[in-house]
Amino acid sequence: MTYTMTFEGRPVRAEPGQSVAAALVASGVVSWRVTRGQGRPRGLFCGIGLCHDCLITIDGVPDQRACVVPARDGMRLGDRDDA
Amino acid sequence: MSADLVVVGAGVVGAACAYFATSAGLRVTVVERGGIAAGTSSAGEGNLLVSDKEPGPELDLALLSLRAWREDLGDHGGLWEYEQKGGLVVASSPEGAAALRSLAAAQRACGVEVAEVADPVDYEPNLAPGLAAGAHYPQDAQVQPMLAAAHLLRLARERGAEIRLRTEVTGFLRDGDQVTGVRTAHADISAGAVLNAAGTWAGEVAALAEVTVPVLPRRGFVLVTQPMPVGTIRHKVYAAEYVGNVASGDAELQTSPVVEGTRSGTILIGATRERVGFDRTVSPEALRRLAGQAAALFPVLRSVRVMRSYLGFRPYCPDHLPVIGPDPRAPGLWHACGHEGAGVGLSAGTGLLLAQALTGAPAALDLAPFAPARFEAAA
Amino acid sequence: MTPEPHDVAVVGAGPAGLGAAAEAAGAGLDVVLIDAGQRPGGQYWRHAEGGRGQHWKAYEGLSRRLGQVRRIPGTQVWLITRDQEGFTLRLTGHDPVTARAVILCPGGYDRQLPIPGWDLPGVMAAGGVQALLKEHGTAPGRRAVVAGTGPFLLPVAVALARAGVAVAAVAEANPVTGWLRDPFGALAAPSKSVEAVRYAAAMTARRVLYRTRTVITEIVGDGRAEAVRLRRADGTQEEIAADLVALGWGFTPSLELPIMLGAETRLDEDGSLVAVVDGSQRSTADGVYIAGEATGVGGAALALAEGRLAALTLAGSGKTARLRRAVRRGRRFAAAMRRACPVPAEWTAWLTESTVVCRCEEVPYGELRRACHDLGADDARAVKMLARPGMGWCQGRMCGFATAAIAARLNGRVATADDLRAFAARVPAFPVALEDLAEN
Repeated sequence: MTYTMTFEGRPVRAEPGQSVAAALVASGVVSWRVTRGQGRPRGLFCGIGLCHDCLITIDGVPDQRACVVPARDGMRLGDRDDA
Repeated sequence: MSADLVVVGAGVVGAACAYFATSAGLRVTVVERGGIAAGTSSAGEGNLLVSDKEPGPELDLALLSLRAWREDLGDHGGLWEYEQKGGLVVASSPEGAAALRSLAAAQRACGVEVAEVADPVDYEPNLAPGLAAGAHYPQDAQVQPMLAAAHLLRLARERGAEIRLRTEVTGFLRDGDQVTGVRTAHADISAGAVLNAAGTWAGEVAALAEVTVPVLPRRGFVLVTQPMPVGTIRHKVYAAEYVGNVASGDAELQTSPVVEGTRSGTILIGATRERVGFDRTVSPEALRRLAGQAAALFPVLRSVRVMRSYLGFRPYCPDHLPVIGPDPRAPGLWHACGHEGAGVGLSAGTGLLLAQALTGAPAALDLAPFAPARFEAAA
Repeated sequence: MTPEPHDVAVVGAGPAGLGAAAEAAGAGLDVVLIDAGQRPGGQYWRHAEGGRGQHWKAYEGLSRRLGQVRRIPGTQVWLITRDQEGFTLRLTGHDPVTARAVILCPGGYDRQLPIPGWDLPGVMAAGGVQALLKEHGTAPGRRAVVAGTGPFLLPVAVALARAGVAVAAVAEANPVTGWLRDPFGALAAPSKSVEAVRYAAAMTARRVLYRTRTVITEIVGDGRAEAVRLRRADGTQEEIAADLVALGWGFTPSLELPIMLGAETRLDEDGSLVAVVDGSQRSTADGVYIAGEATGVGGAALALAEGRLAALTLAGSGKTARLRRAVRRGRRFAAAMRRACPVPAEWTAWLTESTVVCRCEEVPYGELRRACHDLGADDARAVKMLARPGMGWCQGRMCGFATAAIAARLNGRVATADDLRAFAARVPAFPVALEDLAEN
């Protein structure tokens, strides 16, 4: 089966076993936050849970590492205002 | 090679002394065995506090220091992120509230600005509800201590000072009793006066001159959180018990919550005190207590991640007062050390007073309570 | 009630950790194996559920021997302390674990150098690209450039090509003869060279442009990576379009746990900080054994041998002579490889004042320069305290190596172990929620 999540309100599909980051990248989303200093876009960098560039709000919980959280059906991804 | 003054130690106290001494026209050389502010100066929060001091010589020095940071050094405040954020002391019990009230009254009589706060949440929206009382100290301020030390040294250099890092003092040059300079691994430096500003290690430097200065380490841990939105915590906020812990001489681990934001967005969480020598082993118990107390004070922090912790060794003397002034046991040797956990705040006043004393200018404060030889009399 | 401590806690379930756990269990020890991943295998045997990876028989053999091992996956050790009975390991989302001895196999990750534009989306660590492909079946772009140095660039390029990504170029900073045709290296670890030749053949078959003595000096794009600039040894430059840039300059080990326990560290041939161990994987800290990349980057086969050797040493086995010889041989080869793939000598020359060095705190190179030249910072520690590189979320993992090198170079010297230690010590080892700290 394929999961369906939402990213900033838009549907994003994920295969079981994919991380949140992998699903976002596979659907063409390369950045999902901006830095607090310069407002630069950030997405996936180290891909293995170390750099924290890929932080994202998942189901209202902020600062989750998209590269290590497994995708689940119905997840809401993106900033807290979506909640 | 010669100087009017050799300062031993490039921590914030040595840096402030070098700054004020060069500003007073002295030729200064700073020698430091490590790098800039490599000891306790870089392991604290950068507090400039009057709120945590009971009436007495230390409070007088703190008030003088705050004025020095604000006025003498006021033009440079931006360099070291000077922020007069104010302190908020909170009490959780009626007894605590009563003790806080009487402390505030005594401080007010000494010139401390303090306002009683019925509900601390009015000042800090994220505080846990139901605290008994609080006191607001608008004079309390903060600097980034590494930047303060580094820029004070830079300003001293612009005024002619020479800074020699990685240069350990191995002995003193003497002429009879008189101290006439220092010996280092690289060279001898003769000087009209030598200032021991070696912080927690000042006792070792004093011993090279065969005098005793009873400065000992009191370990403290600080937790640093992930960056938080501006305004999460506005003041330096701490529990009333903190004042008692500071003044206590107990060896065992003492903790009381001290929580504040920084310019970079991180939240700093202190404070622990324990006498364990220079042991750098991480104490899970200290971290646990710090985290628990901070989360109790600010429930909003519960899920916030701690990114790092650090530890430092406060230089303390048995009577919890710093050692400032000339040493009659070794003429030519001066001290500016033993400021415990208040060295950043007290450094400016200390530098100002020493520069006055060294140049024979009128003193802004009587140095007698800080006399280096005072422990001999007590022994 | 406090449960009885385990005989040994193995931290990390990559090749070293799996080897250690399997061998320790085989010797009759009571073993707990703790790993950040959900499935064992580490970065090397990273695979999709039900998928297969390289040297799969070895992996399956090890997995079969973990029957008696208590496994705690999906957690991170954030604090490790020594106490009366041995060690206490505090874990995220799990009760603490106690053990009489520890075998630390924390592995490593891609070493990074800051490059103008390296913080644009579409730029990734080479290992991250590999992980996405292997574990998640996701190709993070359409047209890729793989750049940096070291043999790991090859499998990443090949995996990208197999996934249908157009690999526009592989830019290897060093000459390859050093490691592709090193006769001593080949003797020491023939399988390695065979592997490299196979990758080279695969790249040729897919017409991947393989440039040696070529460095990546800039990544350009508006809001995301669009092209890279490469510079060859002869000074010629070219711009190549790419929406995916995979970067790796060798590996650097994770040392926060060894350092937390007071184990000594040293500078390796390639300039990374590594843990000091003896010929039997004992660290300088009593009861602490270290195996794998943390003792010097050397690849999966060496890591596996080191892990097994650590366990047998701990178990007091008398049959370690062959394994010790294999480890010695492997280390010689690894050292040759590290010498052959240094970071480019003049890499800091491509930095501009505004190049971001620390991605987390967005510290530009100019701030580091000012800390040294204006404020008198003469080592990495002072640079970190004054300019904030390494003070953010990643705890200095991404920029630590580079910042140490920059701080040293700005002071006219090369980085020392002390410079690197300023970024390698981390308490807690990973960011941990305040409430978890409070309940530890």
